[in-house]
Amino acid sequence: MKELSLHLLDIAENSINANASHVTISIEENTTEDRLTMAVKDNGKGMPPEMAQRIIDPFTTSRTTRKVGLGIPLLKAAAEMCNGFLTISSQPGEGTELIVQFQRSHIDRMPLGDVAGTILHLVVGSPETHWTFKYKVNDENFEFDDQIIKAELDGIPLSEPLVLTYIRNEIKTGINNISIKEY
Amino acid sequence: MPTITSIDDLKRIREEALKKQEMKSASGQKQIIVGMGTCGIAAGARDTMKAILEKIEKDNLSGIIVTQTGCIGVCEMEPIVQVQIGDAPKVTYGKVTKDIAARIIDEHVLSGNIVKEHMVNI
Repeated sequence: MKELSLHLLDIAENSINANASHVTISIEENTTEDRLTMAVKDNGKGMPPEMAQRIIDPFTTSRTTRKVGLGIPLLKAAAEMCNGFLTISSQPGEGTELIVQFQRSHIDRMPLGDVAGTILHLVVGSPETHWTFKYKVNDENFEFDDQIIKAELDGIPLSEPLVLTYIRNEIKTGINNISIKEY
Repeated sequence: MPTITSIDDLKRIREEALKKQEMKSASGQKQIIVGMGTCGIAAGARDTMKAILEKIEKDNLSGIIVTQTGCIGVCEMEPIVQVQIGDAPKVTYGKVTKDIAARIIDEHVLSGNIVKEHMVNI
């Protein structure tokens, strides 16, 4: 995967599979400390701490269709290559939080890529999940919470053309207002 | 920091969508499911999903539900797209690029003709 936003999509899928009803995705860029931090926090079924530690091992997965899970080990390797780290903390019944951090200016640090696309696809593709997205660049903040939109739409599918355009614009504008141009 | 630019916009969108839904409800539910496991994402499923959503917007296609699912066990055929129309059996397509996704919408979702050459048996 060539973009951090693709990894975010991948990790958020784990939260959906853990039957989370609320998932919070956050990205923070800090240019002073030269760090880029991403976190995915869910209230899903969680796992014992030993399992959380083992999950970075490529031969661990809870999936039954295939025996090898690679998403998290790949992201961990990418972070460590960029003077960063990846941690998972979890408790059964309480949910899981994954935090990954990079040296923001590191030459090997993947670009964030299409974050708006990732959030849009999660919100539309898993409408029964409550999604919160927080983006922080130094002192500026953007927050998107799909509950407000869903309450207002009152059952109208999120994949209706007008709704798609609306959500896309909300997220894109919010991100673009504070993001630092990358390449 | 306003999260929503205008709640009134959403109200208007809801009214318009409701009108369209009433017209379409007779034809049966149209659902598109995109595989978004690690395998799907690595194979380009986000681009496929993007193409589907953009086509819905561009052609103003009302009444199609788009959702995602995890790995269904045929990783070598990703990106996977499944189509279900009404009570008809679910049809699974493999290696769905942007162009194939557009074809599936035009021919299968809108016109009811399965795109046989991209079908996979699971």
